[in-house]
Amino acid sequence: MLNIALPKGRLGEKVYAMFARAGFPCPGILEENRKLVFENEEKGVRYFWVKPSDVAVYVERGAADVGVAGKDILLEHVPDVYELLDLKTGICRMAVAGPKDFRDDPRRKLRVATKFDRIAGEYYASLGRDIDIIHLNGSIELAPLLGLSDVIVDIVETGTTLRENGLAVIAEILPISARLITNKASYEFCRAEIEAIRAGILDQTEEKA
Amino acid sequence: MDPVVSALTSEERTLLKLRALYRQYGYAQYRMSKFEEYDLYAGNKDFLVSENVLTFTDLNGKLMALKPDVTLSIVRGSPDRTDSVRKVFYNENVYRTAGSSRAFREIPQTGLECIGPIDDYCILEVLLLAAESLRRISDRCVLEISQLDILGALTEGLGVPEETRRKLLKCIGAKNLHELRALCREAGAEAEKAQQLEKLAAAGGSPEEVLPLLRALPCPKGAVKQLEALAEGFRAAGLEDMLRIDFSVVNDMQYYNGIVFRGFVYGVPAGVLSGGQYDRLMRKMGRSAGAIGFAVYLDELERIVPEDTTPDADVLLLYDESVSPARVCRETRALTAAGKTVMAQQREPDRGVFGEVRRLTEKEDRDA
Repeated sequence: MLNIALPKGRLGEKVYAMFARAGFPCPGILEENRKLVFENEEKGVRYFWVKPSDVAVYVERGAADVGVAGKDILLEHVPDVYELLDLKTGICRMAVAGPKDFRDDPRRKLRVATKFDRIAGEYYASLGRDIDIIHLNGSIELAPLLGLSDVIVDIVETGTTLRENGLAVIAEILPISARLITNKASYEFCRAEIEAIRAGILDQTEEKA
Repeated sequence: MDPVVSALTSEERTLLKLRALYRQYGYAQYRMSKFEEYDLYAGNKDFLVSENVLTFTDLNGKLMALKPDVTLSIVRGSPDRTDSVRKVFYNENVYRTAGSSRAFREIPQTGLECIGPIDDYCILEVLLLAAESLRRISDRCVLEISQLDILGALTEGLGVPEETRRKLLKCIGAKNLHELRALCREAGAEAEKAQQLEKLAAAGGSPEEVLPLLRALPCPKGAVKQLEALAEGFRAAGLEDMLRIDFSVVNDMQYYNGIVFRGFVYGVPAGVLSGGQYDRLMRKMGRSAGAIGFAVYLDELERIVPEDTTPDADVLLLYDESVSPARVCRETRALTAAGKTVMAQQREPDRGVFGEVRRLTEKEDRDA
């Protein structure tokens, strides 16, 4: 039985549909109830919903054999897992944003508010720019508005929240999308089952080699 | 069961089995200090599993470290011999962070190192001992081997900048073919060579499955021959079922060369064994000899130990103030002589599992 961790929310439902189309359905998962774990014994899969940022932890620690996590989480936490497939869904971008009229003054240390300390740190290190990272857990857009930071590094989907708050994308760091990940030991012992899922989902992406 | 044997923890039993195994093949135990000068690690941080090192200043002002690694200490403590191979095993605790944890841990580790003129038999022996080590931990286990000369040749053949090459190796290590493809495209690598690298990265399985593919790719012939010879060695030892060739084993090429490997046992979510040839580390440390070795991480193995159902003691002997210490002593000695474990207490403990409870009182004895 393969344990599969899916991210709660809209993305998770989309991703579950891909698993179902790949031949691993579990109809009970879409019923509205308080169950946490859903099993299809015949297909050998057990699904569970977890907080999106926790999927990689479940997979790295072996509580889930397979999972779907955003590339942002994989880059930020660097879990020791295999990244088998880009699901080409949940597409957004990691970007630097700031006030529309922001001008970077290189004589001053740049104050960067973010949830993604590692990604922000590595990005500015690659530019040789000295920064002060201000770690926040939410409402990142508020930081430059209140003078807490000069810019933010965050995920941008449509850019509406930024626009409505007088902010704009200053630089794109990298594109983000959902990735199929697997525990390394699970892959060794359930290689055929995991590869069957991968192949079934690959057919649904534009990835055909 | 012998009370001495039954008192051993599962980890201690595994250690004893591994120690016996390594001794069978002429490996001598290597002992070292808990501390090393920090300089040893500062210059070789990429060689360490985790770059975080616990340091302290010794009374003479030297910056010291609780050792995060064993191999560097053994290399430093070994003469640069080229006449015969020095074979040692160790059983030590190392101090480092593990996985995504941000806290230092004490991690029990055992393993072996061969230092000297390493030949093909020596490499096979080390790989077989790695496989046998896994077998002594669990019947369901896998040893994955990779050949860095092959990975080096196919990535160098692309003619991409060093930074891209490092990223490509990272992709191979994560079986991330989509980013590998994109990187090759961005770097303008020749399509055919990029496809060859992708095939190598996607390969994984038994030698019978992977070796034909390697013969069809522009791999260094000697490296493929070496893998063929190792597969034959595993067949000769009857361990071929657990051998896989998988190029996602990508140890740092600054330190490692040739054969690298790692081991998994069912039920443990991360690799429990890791090793390889590290001639390049030897050069960095001014040694001309070759070297190969591996480490077994024992901290994760408790996850596969069945739940301990043995009672805290076979007999809980409850005595009251009327009983003399000598009488309690006689009773406990009689029980242990009969092969039972016994815990003597005046009052019943809040917690604990006991086979039976016996009460001891002079008062009752007198009344009787």
